[in-house]
Amino acid sequence: MNKPDNHNANLQIDNLSMTFSLPDGSTVEALKNVSLNLQQGELLSVLGPSGCGKTTLLNIVAGFLAPSEGQVVLNQHPVNGPDAERGMVFQQGALFEWMNVRKNIAFGPTMKGLPEKQINQHVDELLETVGLHGFGNKHIYELSGGMQQRVALARCLANDPDVILMDEPLGALDALTREKMQSLILKLWKETGKTIILITHSVEEALLLGERLLVMAPRPGRIHKEYHLPFAQLGVDADLREVKKHPDFSKIREEILSMIWEMEEEIMGKAI
Amino acid sequence: MLILIIYITLFILAYFIYTILARQLKSKQKNSSRKTITFGDESTVTPNRVASVISIAVLFIIWAAFTGSKLLPLHVPGPFIGSTSFSYTAINAQNQTDKATVYIRVEPVGNKTKKPEVPEQQTGFAKDDAIKVGAWRSGLVRVQNNDDGGKEKNYRIIAINDQPITAKQSIAVTNGIVNMTPKGSLSFTPDKGWQMEPVWLPAPETVIERFIEIAANGYQNITLWENIGWSLLRVLAGFILGCIVGIPLGYAMGLNNWFRGWFDPIVEFMRPIPPLALIPLVIIWFGIWETGKISLLFLAALWIMIIAARAGVSGVSISKVHAAYSLGASKFQVLMHVIVPNSLPEIFTGARVALGVCWGTVVAAELVAAEKGAGKMIIAASKFQQTDVVIMGIILIGVIGYSIDILMRRAENFLVPWKGKA
Repeated sequence: MNKPDNHNANLQIDNLSMTFSLPDGSTVEALKNVSLNLQQGELLSVLGPSGCGKTTLLNIVAGFLAPSEGQVVLNQHPVNGPDAERGMVFQQGALFEWMNVRKNIAFGPTMKGLPEKQINQHVDELLETVGLHGFGNKHIYELSGGMQQRVALARCLANDPDVILMDEPLGALDALTREKMQSLILKLWKETGKTIILITHSVEEALLLGERLLVMAPRPGRIHKEYHLPFAQLGVDADLREVKKHPDFSKIREEILSMIWEMEEEIMGKAI
Repeated sequence: MLILIIYITLFILAYFIYTILARQLKSKQKNSSRKTITFGDESTVTPNRVASVISIAVLFIIWAAFTGSKLLPLHVPGPFIGSTSFSYTAINAQNQTDKATVYIRVEPVGNKTKKPEVPEQQTGFAKDDAIKVGAWRSGLVRVQNNDDGGKEKNYRIIAINDQPITAKQSIAVTNGIVNMTPKGSLSFTPDKGWQMEPVWLPAPETVIERFIEIAANGYQNITLWENIGWSLLRVLAGFILGCIVGIPLGYAMGLNNWFRGWFDPIVEFMRPIPPLALIPLVIIWFGIWETGKISLLFLAALWIMIIAARAGVSGVSISKVHAAYSLGASKFQVLMHVIVPNSLPEIFTGARVALGVCWGTVVAAELVAAEKGAGKMIIAASKFQQTDVVIMGIILIGVIGYSIDILMRRAENFLVPWKGKA
C-alpha cells in the first residue's frame, strides 16, 4: 500500500475570482473571492446548484484554467498548470479505451519512465485495492460503468498525487453501484491519507463523503456555507445505510436541500 | 424497359415465393426476436441473405437469358436463324406484272455459308433472287438487277406477298420485315428477337472464357497480373504518399492555429474538386508517365487523409486530454499516447474512403493515358469492340475495389477494436 505522504501537503486557495466573457460582450462571474485552506488528508465535498462555479473551481485547482484573480498554492508553490501532484477523476469517458485496464492504470508511472517491474507490481496492488483483481487484461469497453470508475480511481492513485480532485465521479452510475463506490472512496481515503476534493450534485453523497462540506451559491459563484461533519469518519468500514440513520444526517440534509431550493428559486423564480 | 419489367417481376415473385416458403418453415425455426414493432425500427432490419443470393442469381440469369448463354437452358427469343422467303410483285415498262420469290438465309455474322439455291426454271420477266443476311443485320435485295427490263424507267415493285408497297413503307413477312428504300429497292431485316448481340453484351461464358484466356496469355502482350499489379502499385504509392503528408498535416491543423489558418482555405478549396478534373493539368505538367498518375492519386488521397486526421484530433474528448496531463504526460506524450490512438478510427475511415477514391481515379487515369493497367486494358479492348474483355475488366475492377474495402475493414477490426465502443 502507498504510505501516506510524510510532507504535510497544504492546499491554499487564495481569493479566487473567475470572470468569463460571453460572445455577446457580457461577462459572467463564475467565481468571486473564493478562499479555502485544506490540510493533508482532508476530505472536502463541494455542493451547489448548477452554475455555482464548482466545476470551474475544480478546473482551476487542477490547473486546466487560469483564474482571473487570486491563486492556488500547493506545498508552497503556485499552481500554473496540470501536474501529476494533482490527480483528477472525471465523471466518465476519460479512460483510454485503446489500452487495457492494466495499461490505463500504469499510464502515469509509464509516462514518468519508471522501471516496468516496479510499475507492474504497483498496478497489481492497485487492482487489488479497487477490487479489480483479475480484470487487468480486460478492455475498458468490456467493463461496466462502476468498474470503469474503479479503473479511473486506480489510475489516479498510481501516480501517488498529493491531492485528488473528483468531478462528479459517480454521477453516471446507478444507485446501487453508487453506494458501493462511495464506500470504496471512503476506504481509499482512509488507507491512502490523500487530500480529496469531490464535487457532486447529490446532497446525500456530499454528506457521506465530506469531512468538510462546502455549499456554493451561484451568481457570482461563492462559498455560501461550510459544514464540518462526522459522517465520513463514521462511514469508513461501516454500512453507509446505517450512517444515514444518524439523527443529524437527515436534519442537515433537509437544511442543505432547502438552502439549495432557495438558491434555485432566486434564479428561476417560483416555477412550480 | 423490357428488362426492367422482367427484373421487377422477378423481384416481386421471389419475395412471394420466399414468404410462402418461410411461412411453412416457421414452425421449425422459432423466431429470435419477440419485438412486435419492426416497421420503423431500423435495428430490426438486417439484410435478408436469401434475397442477396437470389439478387445475384437473378442478375446472372437475366444476363444469360438475354445473351443466349449456353449455361442457361431457358432464353428469351433470339434472333431468327435459318431460311425464309417472301414474294414480290413487279410491274415493268410494258405494264405487265409478274411475281417472283426472294430466298433468304439468315446466319450468325461471320458464318461462311453460300446463298440459298434458286430454282432454275424461271418464267416471266421477274426472276427469283437469293440473299444471305447476318443475324441482327439487314440485307439489301436488288431484285431488279436480274429481272428482265429491271433497269428500265417504269419498272417498279408494287407488292410484297401480294400486299401493296410504295417507297419508305415496310411490310411484315415471315421471320422479318421488308422495307422499301426511297429509291424503290428492297431491304430485308430478319426478326431480332429479344436477345442482345454479342457486340453489345456477350454471354457470361464468353466473358469467363476470355478471363481464363487473358489470365493465361495476357492481353496485347501484357499479362493480366501485370495490368492489375500496375494499377494496384500506383494506388498504393499514391495512397501511402498521401498518408505520409496528409496525416501529419491533419494533426498539425488540429493542434495549431497557424497551421489551421494557413491550410484551411487550401484544403477546403481542393477538397470538392474531383481528382478526375485534375487529369488534364497533371498530363500537361507530368506527361503520361508514372509521376503524373502517382501525383494524381497522391492528391486524391491527400485531402481525404488531412480531413480525417484533423477530425480525429477534434474527436478527442477534452477529459481524456486533461486526464493525461494530470497524470503527468508531456505534450509529446499526449500526442503519441492519447491523440494518435484516439484518432485512429477516424483515420481508418478516411483511409477506406481514400483507397476507394484512389482505385476509381487510377482506372480513370489509365483510361486517359497509360501503358499498362486495368483501365488501359479495357479502353484498348473497347477500341477493338471486344466487349467481352471490357466487361471482364469492369467486373475485375469491381471485385478488386470491393476486396480492398473488405481488407481495410478487417484491418480496422484488428487494429482499432475499440472503435464505436467508447
